[in-house]
Amino acid sequence: MSTFFLALTLFIAVLFAASVYRIVTGPTVFDRAIGAGLIGTNAILVLVLIGFLYDRIDMFVDLALAYGMLNFIGIVALAKYFERKQAQL
Amino acid sequence: MTFFLAVLLLLGGAAFLLVSCVGLLRLPDFYTRAHAVGKAETLGSMLILSGLALYNGAALSSVKLLLILTIIAVTNPTATHALTRAAMRSGLKIWRAEGKPSKHDLAG
Repeated sequence: MSTFFLALTLFIAVLFAASVYRIVTGPTVFDRAIGAGLIGTNAILVLVLIGFLYDRIDMFVDLALAYGMLNFIGIVALAKYFERKQAQL
Repeated sequence: MTFFLAVLLLLGGAAFLLVSCVGLLRLPDFYTRAHAVGKAETLGSMLILSGLALYNGAALSSVKLLLILTIIAVTNPTATHALTRAAMRSGLKIWRAEGKPSKHDLAG
């Protein structure tokens, strides 16, 4: 089962490349923001899976909980800022 | 039996994460990409977290995993909606296929 968790972690880590591509080449700033949000959500899953890999799930699950709330606050703050700025690109 | 159900949930979640990332890469404009991220990503994360909680068994960590699942289920569509509303209010145009009329375009 540990090998399966390692394979799943590596699969999600490969999926980060799609978000990084969208952040680098996204035409508008909103594309970049949504790519960053996708990285945040995938990072929660990677944190929990790392907890299962190292057998320290009771510690890593708290880290993932805090990271999830901070990710949400960051994305909403970005949305409020760019709504006020009338940013097009 | 529980083990196989957990593996099935994890594989299904990974498939939905892959669909979400392909949508982020391939779809034509911001609103369609938000559609891919807001739904497929949320469902994939919820499937993976519920599979992990099922594999973990009855413990405090499983309750916390379900708490993370609830937080993702509430905040991920909310964040996507906030970004989409900001884009709409700042006047981002909706993508149209070539040659289609656009007189019902909400963004003007």
